Amino acid sequence: MTAIAATMRNELIGLGGFVERNVYLTKRYILWDIAFMVWTIANTLTIVFIARVEHLPPAEENKLATILLVGAVIWAFLGIIFEFMTETVAWERWEGTIEYTFMAPVSRTMHLFGQGAFAVLYGLIRATILFFAVAAFIGIHTPHANYGAAFALLAIASISFIGVGMMTSVLPLISPEKGAQLGFVAQGLMLVVSGVYYPVSVMPHWMQVVAKISPATYVLRGDRASIVSGTGLAWADAWPLIVIAVASMPLGLTIFHVGERHAKKHGKLKRSG
Amino acid sequence: MSTFAAPTSLGTSVRRDLPAVEVENLTKVFRRRDPKAGRFARRSLPALQEVTFTIERGECVAILGQNGSGKSTLVRLLSTLLLEDGGEARIFGHDAFHEARTIRRLVNRVSVEASFFKKMSAQENLSYAARFYGMTPSQTRTAIPEILAKVGFPPDRRTESMMNLSRGMQQKVALARALLTSPVLLLLDEPTTGLDPRSKLEVQEFIREVRRTHDATILLCTHDMGEAEALADRVGLLDRGQLLFLEPVAEVKRRYGVQTLEEAFFAATGRTFEEEHDEDDEIREVFG
Repeated sequence: MTAIAATMRNELIGLGGFVERNVYLTKRYILWDIAFMVWTIANTLTIVFIARVEHLPPAEENKLATILLVGAVIWAFLGIIFEFMTETVAWERWEGTIEYTFMAPVSRTMHLFGQGAFAVLYGLIRATILFFAVAAFIGIHTPHANYGAAFALLAIASISFIGVGMMTSVLPLISPEKGAQLGFVAQGLMLVVSGVYYPVSVMPHWMQVVAKISPATYVLRGDRASIVSGTGLAWADAWPLIVIAVASMPLGLTIFHVGERHAKKHGKLKRSG
Repeated sequence: MSTFAAPTSLGTSVRRDLPAVEVENLTKVFRRRDPKAGRFARRSLPALQEVTFTIERGECVAILGQNGSGKSTLVRLLSTLLLEDGGEARIFGHDAFHEARTIRRLVNRVSVEASFFKKMSAQENLSYAARFYGMTPSQTRTAIPEILAKVGFPPDRRTESMMNLSRGMQQKVALARALLTSPVLLLLDEPTTGLDPRSKLEVQEFIREVRRTHDATILLCTHDMGEAEALADRVGLLDRGQLLFLEPVAEVKRRYGVQTLEEAFFAATGRTFEEEHDEDDEIREVFG
């Protein structure tokens, strides 16, 4: 085996190690995961019930409920990705394993990809359960839905979300005390400009400009069209996501690398307590 | 004879003709807020000051020092977890600060805290950690039970959560984790601190066995003078970031004309080993 092939092999095994670790943790915390799922469903219901307030005709009410549900599901999905990426550092610092992970001979690219890959898998499973549980509870009908296109767009968007998540995962490295919370601030800001429960057009002009660089804008618009009207995968939604993914991945890695150097220089790459 | 040793588990060759560790004028300074001097004022605290030493391949060297003396800073610099502010460090000829990926294949470490995902079992913790070093599931299926048996870990507790294990048991798993990856340089940062006497003896005996059976060089940082004397070929004293000596114990005692290492510490520093350390030492301990 050539040196490059051996390195690649080790890197992929290392990536698998991060996925494996998160599988073990999910198994060990399965009851907490069930409780978290129940909370997410309840939280989503509080949003989707708003569709019934105006006593709209049934078809209109169903459409509004679906639009709100898609927003809530994307919010939950994005929340999982940001949570896992931010926990790349925060959870390890809390458990005390951070030094062992950062001194292991696996590249930071595979480290962050491994976290991201598991987050996407876990997030997709949760998003699916959330969507169908709330739809069944409220009685939402989606006779024209094109779930294949909705999933495909979400999968493309996931790459951009991981890239943005890499940028936020550096925050606990720089600020051990409040970095994780700042990650959630970033998530909230991204969704507020992306039209999570409303069309982008209702926002002030400057927010509409910012919405153009948020991947959530395109996945919310595309998935709503696929689920409400059965639209196929639209190139107009896919290409911006591909561009954002291509830009955000190297940018996220560079930002993480700079943050890691800062932490190593100032003695912050260590366990807490 | 070839100048290269057998490759490690990750395929990194190690030069036999070079020292295991070469440290030259290594300096690390932490900058911390100084509220006494003003709201935005900062001051520099040297954690290591121009430390120079060499460790030969296969040697066991102990570095003694009080809390905040710079021992952990030294270990963390050699583990690629800190960047230097001056000087150099080479491990088997590789620059510790510019060839970090290579160094990480050669080094592993056991620290005072066992540091595991507490809900996960010993088996699970070792399993995922081994992947970072390129070990496949088929390799760890046999390697993990073997290494845990070697450190005297009961087989029936392999799948139990780490949080249910005693400190001594957790430290055995930490040793197993370090050895699983066949490191050629093992950094032990107070590996027996906080252990009960029996666990302490077991861990010390295991360190001796590692020296007998593995091709490993050991840097042991401790504040236990008896442990240093019992395990190491040479003993060094790090005091407030400065390496005062690094010699065989007999040489140290002869040099200061004393009977014990405690007396040697007093002769070298003018303080007793148990004496309270100052505020700067505490800050060095926290950030180093």
